[in-house]
Amino acid sequence: MTDLAATDALPRPKRDLLPVLLPAILALAMLPLIGSGSSWMTLTVASLAMGMMIFIMASGLTLVFGLMDVLNFGHGAFIAVGAYVATLVLLPLAPYVQADSLLTNLAVLAPAALAAMAVSGALGLVVERVLILPVYGQHLKQILMTTGGLIVAEQALYALWGPQIIPLPLPTSLRGSFIIGDVAIAKYRLLAMLVGLVVFCGIQLVLNRTKIGLLIRAGVENREMVEALGYRIRRLFLGVFMVGSGLAGLGGVMWALYREQVHASMGDDLTVLVFIVVIIGGLGSIGGCFIGALLVAMVANYGGFLVPKLALVSNILLMVAILMWRPRGLYAVTSR
Amino acid sequence: MILSGDPPRSRVLSILLVVIIAALAVTPLLFPGAKAMNVATKICIFAALVASYDLLLGYTGTVSFAHTMFYGIGSYSIAIALYSMGPNWAAVAVGVAAGLPLAMLLALAIGLFSLRVEAIFFAMITLAVASAFLVLASQLSWLTGGEDGRSFQLPELLRPGTILIPQDWFGFAVNGRVLTYYLIFIACAAMILALLRVVNSPFGRVLQAIRENRFRAEALGFRTVFHLTYANCLAALVAASAGMLNALWLRYAGPDTSLSFAIMLDILLMVVIGGMGTIYGAIVGAVIFILAQNYLQALMGAASNAAADAGLPLLPGLLHPDRWLLWLGLLFIASVYFFPTGVVGRLRNPSRKPA
Repeated sequence: MTDLAATDALPRPKRDLLPVLLPAILALAMLPLIGSGSSWMTLTVASLAMGMMIFIMASGLTLVFGLMDVLNFGHGAFIAVGAYVATLVLLPLAPYVQADSLLTNLAVLAPAALAAMAVSGALGLVVERVLILPVYGQHLKQILMTTGGLIVAEQALYALWGPQIIPLPLPTSLRGSFIIGDVAIAKYRLLAMLVGLVVFCGIQLVLNRTKIGLLIRAGVENREMVEALGYRIRRLFLGVFMVGSGLAGLGGVMWALYREQVHASMGDDLTVLVFIVVIIGGLGSIGGCFIGALLVAMVANYGGFLVPKLALVSNILLMVAILMWRPRGLYAVTSR
Repeated sequence: MILSGDPPRSRVLSILLVVIIAALAVTPLLFPGAKAMNVATKICIFAALVASYDLLLGYTGTVSFAHTMFYGIGSYSIAIALYSMGPNWAAVAVGVAAGLPLAMLLALAIGLFSLRVEAIFFAMITLAVASAFLVLASQLSWLTGGEDGRSFQLPELLRPGTILIPQDWFGFAVNGRVLTYYLIFIACAAMILALLRVVNSPFGRVLQAIRENRFRAEALGFRTVFHLTYANCLAALVAASAGMLNALWLRYAGPDTSLSFAIMLDILLMVVIGGMGTIYGAIVGAVIFILAQNYLQALMGAASNAAADAGLPLLPGLLHPDRWLLWLGLLFIASVYFFPTGVVGRLRNPSRKPA
């Protein structure tokens, strides 16, 4: 045994960089296959934007699972609720949305996003207290309870808003694209990337630089020990659950604007996508979730361009390939 | 003997089951209308389908979201065979011969791939695979007919026009439709009895041991992955058979009737409301659910109109006939929470407090 002086740095864990490089490798490998540089650029930007939006939705799910071993099958409901709440703000304020000024548009979008996050976060509070609290530690019941929650939430949305698809047009100043050389980049995608990056950096900062983040990471690693040290991890978890739900709501708003429509069943389709991302990334890992979201979006975009038929099952193929390579996802955080 | 030594163990439940089975057996004779026949057939088919899901959920404790996929494989294999080969019995045989092995191989692949790990992982993987399959079925339109599905003709013997026993013999007519109904009724009853046999065999006991404590079952020397995969394959076979019967009855297979995620949720609701891990629960759950689906809506429509007339806010929307699933969803959550053993469990142990 070697002696460690108190001043010595702790032995650093080995960095595992390969998964980080994976999206870049994939993007570069696709360049010769696609041929034209400009379409490659457009596709890459599209996948980055899509990936960021998926990441926003998936981050809450993976954190909640990592911290408290709760898998929320009703996560899609928060996505849909967020989108519906945004329509409450955006549709009455349509003149401002249609105004041709970036500042006015953003001044409407920001409260819409905040309202969506607040409402889905509050809904998260209710769901955690009512549905999940009674069934901690029982996976089977958790799955059943949250699936039941999904059914009820979706039906309630139908009852409140009606079964029709609600169109949600993009603000005027965010339509169209920037043309750089012969590369067209949609403006809204840039905004989506920006928001996604801010969320990612925000989560990383909170997790790695604050006391709360330290407790969350410790809780992921060993819950009983954190409890034994006197922290009320239930309350911590409630907070994480609310933030995760709020992020799902934010992702729902962004996705609805991206598709320019809102429907109660949007949560169902996205739930599958989000699950694939979370599995690929490794349950509980934010970094893995980020990379997983990028990979899924890239495979969807490149695949759709190169072999449209393959795009239907590309997500599954990607998941199988990743799990063959790393059976517990890119970054396995938990010991489960 | 026929119940494999696992009787209902409750007087009320026994009476209930006898009434259900008797009602199903005489439906075509007493209520020859199209709606009653459809409801009765759906109850039979879903009772078998839900029972096979119960083998997974109730007896092994694994949540699969791919059960409709196997149901759909059965439906589509019959539909495609009869559509492309014409209405004859050879086509039915080809459909069965292609559908069952396909369902089993897929179940085997999914099982070996994902049953090694925890229940949650399996649930997510099956959800992803099933959604991919749904997309495939609605996109490969040259094979499956896309969103429209495939309609086909039945063999001569099973058509409604075929009169086997004319009305003036016994006072009721037996045509091809009635024959199809009894075919489905008997096949479903046989499948449910076979499942009852499976869960009460030593194999079924091992499944329950795995559900209760997987580590201990493994420590006792049972190959848990083998058992779970085997159960998964069996459930897939029964689900595919139920799908075939469904296609025979509807003379149609499409994404909405056989593959959609909504059916998966229906199955989940039925098994939990009826009672997990009992097989009998499947029958009770299917009856409650399908009767609610078909007759609760009319009731809710009346209530909704009454609420609208009284000028109450919000209630008309909540009571709208299309929102019946909302109330069943609430019932579902309540039953997971308050009586996790479902109707059957409650009838068996009326006094015991919920665990």
